[in-house]
Order: sequence, then C-alpha cells, then structure tokens
Amino acid sequence: MLTSRAVCRKLAPLIRTSSTVCRQNVRRAGLNNARIPACVPAAHMSTGPLGGGGDNLKYALLVGAAFVGGITYAVITLKGDQRRYETRLSEISTRRQRSATPVQTEPPAVEATTTEAVSEPKLEAAPSPEEPRPPPEVAAAPSETSPQPPAADSTPAPPQLPSHAPYLLIGGGTASFAAARSIRARDPGAKVLIVTDEPDLPYMRPPLSKELWFSDDPSVTETLRFKQWNGKERSIYFQPPSFYIDPEHLTGAENGGVAVLVNKKVVHMDVRGNKVKLDDGTEISYEKCLIATGGVPRNLQVIERAGEEVMKRTSLFRKIEDFKSLENVSRKAESITIIGGGFLGSELACALGRKAAESGLEVVQMFPEKGNMGKVLPEYLSNWTTEKVKKEGVKVITEALVKSVSYRDDKLEIQLKDGRLVKTDHIVAAVGLEPNVDLAKSAGLEVDSDFGGYRVNAELQARSNIWVAGDAACFYDIRLGRRRVEHHDHAVVSGRLAGENMTGASKPYWHQSMFWSDLGPDVGYEAIGIVDSSLPTVGVFAKATAKDTPKAATEKSGTGIRSESETEDTAASPVASAAPAPAVENKDEYGKGVIFYLRDKVVVGIILWNVFNRMPIARKIIKDGEEHADLNEVAKLFNIHED
Amino acid sequence: MSYCKQDGKDRIIFVTKEDHEAPSKAELIADDPNDPYEEQGLILPNGDINWNCPCLGGMASGPCGSQFKEAFSCFHYSKEEVKGSECIDHFSSMQECMQKYPDLYPQEEENASQTESSSVPGSDNSAMLSENDSSPSAALDSVSPTDNQTLSSS
Repeated sequence: MLTSRAVCRKLAPLIRTSSTVCRQNVRRAGLNNARIPACVPAAHMSTGPLGGGGDNLKYALLVGAAFVGGITYAVITLKGDQRRYETRLSEISTRRQRSATPVQTEPPAVEATTTEAVSEPKLEAAPSPEEPRPPPEVAAAPSETSPQPPAADSTPAPPQLPSHAPYLLIGGGTASFAAARSIRARDPGAKVLIVTDEPDLPYMRPPLSKELWFSDDPSVTETLRFKQWNGKERSIYFQPPSFYIDPEHLTGAENGGVAVLVNKKVVHMDVRGNKVKLDDGTEISYEKCLIATGGVPRNLQVIERAGEEVMKRTSLFRKIEDFKSLENVSRKAESITIIGGGFLGSELACALGRKAAESGLEVVQMFPEKGNMGKVLPEYLSNWTTEKVKKEGVKVITEALVKSVSYRDDKLEIQLKDGRLVKTDHIVAAVGLEPNVDLAKSAGLEVDSDFGGYRVNAELQARSNIWVAGDAACFYDIRLGRRRVEHHDHAVVSGRLAGENMTGASKPYWHQSMFWSDLGPDVGYEAIGIVDSSLPTVGVFAKATAKDTPKAATEKSGTGIRSESETEDTAASPVASAAPAPAVENKDEYGKGVIFYLRDKVVVGIILWNVFNRMPIARKIIKDGEEHADLNEVAKLFNIHED
Repeated sequence: MSYCKQDGKDRIIFVTKEDHEAPSKAELIADDPNDPYEEQGLILPNGDINWNCPCLGGMASGPCGSQFKEAFSCFHYSKEEVKGSECIDHFSSMQECMQKYPDLYPQEEENASQTESSSVPGSDNSAMLSENDSSPSAALDSVSPTDNQTLSSS
C-alpha cells in the first residue's frame, strides 16, 4: 500500500502532464491505460488520469471491484478472528474450572521454576489481538502447568465466598494485618476481607530467621512459638484463629470483622469495575482495596540454570514452609552454604552457626561484598561485624562471586569466579526480594523503574480507592524522598497508615519506621531512615560493657522481644545505670555507639549500635532534617555511655 | 580523651563518658503537639479516644471491639462522681463477649480491662504487655517498635 502510494506520488505529476497530452491525442489511450492501473489504489490523489470515455468505465469498474473485494475480505477476517477469540476464551474458562484450585504449598525452589513456566502458557493463553488487556489468565496458567499435585481444596466443601467486600486487602502479611486492624479500629462494624495465596493466617516474619532458631522446643516447627529471653512465649501469628470470622459469615456479620481467604490468589484487577478476580474464577467487588502483595525471594541465575539436582538442594527463604524445610535440612545436612550477606543471610548464618555448635554442621556464608552488611554498614563496621559472625561459628567467604554450581558425587560444588571451590550439601539463597507487581498490568497501575514495586503517592494511594503498603509499595517519603522499604516495622507503619487513609484520614507517610537486626546475642542494632553504606557517615562510639547487649536490654526492661520495649517507652527517660562505663581503650572496639548517615550534610539515617530504647530521639533528628555543625553534640543526646 | 579518625568518607569519633557529660549544644525543633500527621497517643487533642492507638492492641478491632468501644467511651465521657458508674452494663456485655473468646481474651484480662479504665497509657502498656503474652495487645505492636508516645520537646 505504502509503496504504491509513493510510486503514485512520483507518477502523479507525470500523469497530469500525460493526461493533458492525452486529451489532445485520443489515440494515446493505450499508453494512458498502461499508466492508469499503477494509480488505481491511490486514485483519490491524482487529478484523474483520464483517458478516453471507455477507459473511464473500465477504470471505474476495476476500482469498484477492488474496493468491494477488499471490504469483503476485511469483514470475513474480522468475523473469523472474533469467532476464534470467543472459542478460545470459553475453552480457557472451562479449562480453569476443570483444574483443581492450586494449593501453594510446594517448596519455593519449585516456585522459582514455575516462573519460567509462565512464559510458555502466556503464549498459548494469549487470545487474538482484539483483547485490549493482556491475558489475565497468565497468572492462572502457572497453576495449571506447574508440577504441583492437583490437590483438592484445603476447605472440605466449596464455601460461599463473599461476592462483595467493603474493604478488600490483597495479601495476608504484616502490612495487610496492620491495615485490617486500623480499619476495624476506625470504622465501627467494618467488614474486612483478606485474600492471601499462602496457606497461613497473617504472621510476623522476623522470628523465622531469629527467635525460632533459638528455641529449645523440639516441636517448634509445628507450634511456631518461641520463648523470648525473659521466658515468655508467644506465637508468630498475630492473632489466633478465633480472632477472625469465616469468609462466608463476613457479609452477614452484625459488627463486621476480619475474614481471611487462604490459598487464593488474586489474578486480575478491574479498576473501572472495582472488582477483582481470583484464580478459581470467583469475582469479588470492593469499595476500598489495599494491595499488600509483598514480594518473592530472588534466586541466582547460575543456580536456576544449574539443573534439577542443584535446584532441589537450594532453598529460598521467606515463608513458614521455608523455615520448616530449612530446619529439616539443618538436622540432616553436613554443610549448608548461605549465599548473600545482607540482613537475612547474616541472620540465618548466625542462627545456623549457633545450632551448628551442637550438631557439628558446617555453615558457610558467601557474598560479593567485603564484609557482612556491606551495603548497610560503613566499611570499618562491616569488617568488625564479619569477625563477630565468624565467632558465631560461620565460615565467611567475602568477595565471592558465584560462577557456576554443579552437582557431583552427592555434593554441590560452587565454583567462584576467582577460582575458589566450595563443596556443600545445601544452598540457601538470600539475595534479595522481587516485589510482586503481578496485578499492575490488569489494574493499569504504575510500576516504579528505580525501586520496583507499585508507585504510590505520599499517602500510599495508587488510584482512588486503591492503596499499596508494605514491601510492594514504592512511596514518596516527604522527608527522605521516594523509596521502597522492605522491613517489618515499615510494613506495620505503612499498613496502619493505609488503613487510616482507607477510612478517610488522608495522612501522608510521616512517622518514620525503623528496623533492627541481631547478629547473635552480643551484637544488635536498631536503625532508622536511609542507611546506605555509600553515604558519608559519622560514627560516635564508646566502649561496650557487658550491659550493652540485646540480651541485657530485654532483661532490664522486663519485656520479651527487644522491639517490644519501644511501645513501653514513655516520654520519661530510662533510668540511668549506676555503673560508669570504663575508659575508652586505644584498640578500635566498636562496642556501642551511634552512626549518622549524611546526605548533603543532613542526617537521613541513624544506626543505634548496641544502644537501645533511644529510637524516639533518632526519629526526631531525622524528622527535623536540620544541618548540624557538630554531630558529636547530636550524639550526646543519646547518652551512649548509659544503659 | 576522645579522638577522631577518618576512614575514607567515614568519620569515626571515640568519646569518653566525661566528654559527653556537658549538655548537648544540638538544637532540636520544637514539636507541635497538635500536628495531625504525628502518631497520636490514646487521647486525641480534641479529647476523643484514638481507637487506633497501638497501646490498645487489638482490643478495638477484635470480635468484641464494638462492646469494648462502647464501654470505654462511656467511661471516658462519664461525668459521674464515681467515674464510669453508669457504664456497668456496657462493661458486663463486654466481659460476656470476651468470655466467648478465651484464647483471645484470657480470663486474667479482666484485671487489665479495669486497669485500662484508669486511662493512663503508660500503665496500660505494662499491664497488658507484661501480664499475658497471648493477649491481643501483645500481638501486633509488641513486635512493632513504633512508639505510641510522640516525643514532645523536652
């Protein structure tokens, strides 16, 4: 079409001149006829290469026939496509109904492979180009093609699921639970429906890599209860099952309540229609919706390419089932290697290292950085921490880049780029989290290209009636700029804020969340704000005494988990300790102190190193956002020498 | 004596107790107690109860949430000589409800709910958090270090 147009454009002036010549000479009809067909498709452009009257008729007939033929062809094609599309759609929906509800209890290693399977069903599930939105069945497809057993529904009889939920929370983790609580507190009688693809009720994740490993109870993998250092026990679940009401009873509940739909995945979101579709085809409409889908652990490409035997011996770590599976492995394996030097990797290494003291298990931790928490702590502190991790019984291999992994002689062989070889029985990959933005396409929501996750504003709103909280939210922090935070307290704070905004509060993210980490019983820190080792830092240290360990902090305040003591902290300052700290030695002992992270001379992040119960002061400094000339003066506010 | 060293872009200062004894010269901005953005305590600036206060734990959001809210509101706004004396009915219906969920509201919780009536957030926390770990208050905010008291300028 285009080429003929181009040709015609070039020919048109020629034709015009020729037509004038032709009008003068009728005998030249043959010549004109020869030129006319070239211009027939773009006949509207030229000034009419008119030849004789007879030629005109032929020409008109030709054009007419071609026109009619073209129209007929187009209509037939479109009709055929539509028919094909409809049969395709009905086939897919029947296919989905026939297949069992996916029970997502498979080990995460298999989940990693199902993500590859997604690309195949995507091609076959894609209907004809008329479909304006990309196939929503994509997410459903892996459930059919993945190698899980087509087990029956976890519930005995198909329940009457609610078709409408005033508050719909997608995802059943910490952010979702915090939002549910917030909504229920502010909207009396609120009916909240949580939909989660996990088989468990909402629970907290931090103990999975810390406290649960220190439990003396052999049945800890079943009870999921852990003893805190002062002897008190609690479950990782936020609330026992009696807190929640059955999804079937949600609509009729007089005073409302929180219902949790487990093992159900939201696969499609219709923003215009204010409804979502689950993987079993159920549609649920909503008035306010929260997306708190969290994320999925990343894996190393070298492992994913390494084959079945390697993948079988590799685990990712995020959920309860991952904890159970790793706990099982730790009792049987001789050697476990953790790849990753961040929070999760280091905590798991320390936890396993401590367990290894009794069992003789070899625990190896390897990562590309120079020291543990290399992306968080300044180099001197990262090196000091690495020594502490080694003392916990971990073989730490720094500056390790994995080149390949293979399975040989019943052992995994990890080949590093610098030539070192590590032989092990099992690998735990703790190399980051991929935020889950599966619904972005169907919902038409923006995904952030810098940080990943759904892009939301300072009030955590993506669109009217849609909020995002937790690991999956890339939000605007008024003080610190756009960011995405993957910590427990942030999930609580953002979930609570989203719940407030869903009930009309219109508040921005303002209360700065914090995070903490314990590397063994002797080293612990709390942090707030942007804590990135690439920023310039100022660290103010005193020497640590026996009093300055996480263990001591909880024993003193008489609460369980160290983080609990924050809520007890009233405006009154803590009682000062009687014993003065000993004088600082010349040796570089980073026992306890405060580290300030600066951006353009303003403190944007603070780490309280083995110094506890001071978070409100740190929060205040970040909130102020002032330039302080002497950070030592600011450090005085923390009383680091006291308990 | 404190000393200081530089490790690339990172500055490290070691200080003795004596160095830090002099009061800080750092200036902090005065806080606005009525800042709507800030986390509020149990009682809002306008006198209402902040049902979303972490100090209440799950009391206002659980299955007995509405009974709890009625009882506590009645108590809070009560102008009687013996505060809350007219609220007995509300409190008993709340207790009735709580008895139906023993694993959510263990029976020792009765003491805690009366301690709440004194509406002092500090004691609430210690009462609820230290008494019984499986009580709803310990559930969420016990691992959430978000403090419920805003740090007012001191």
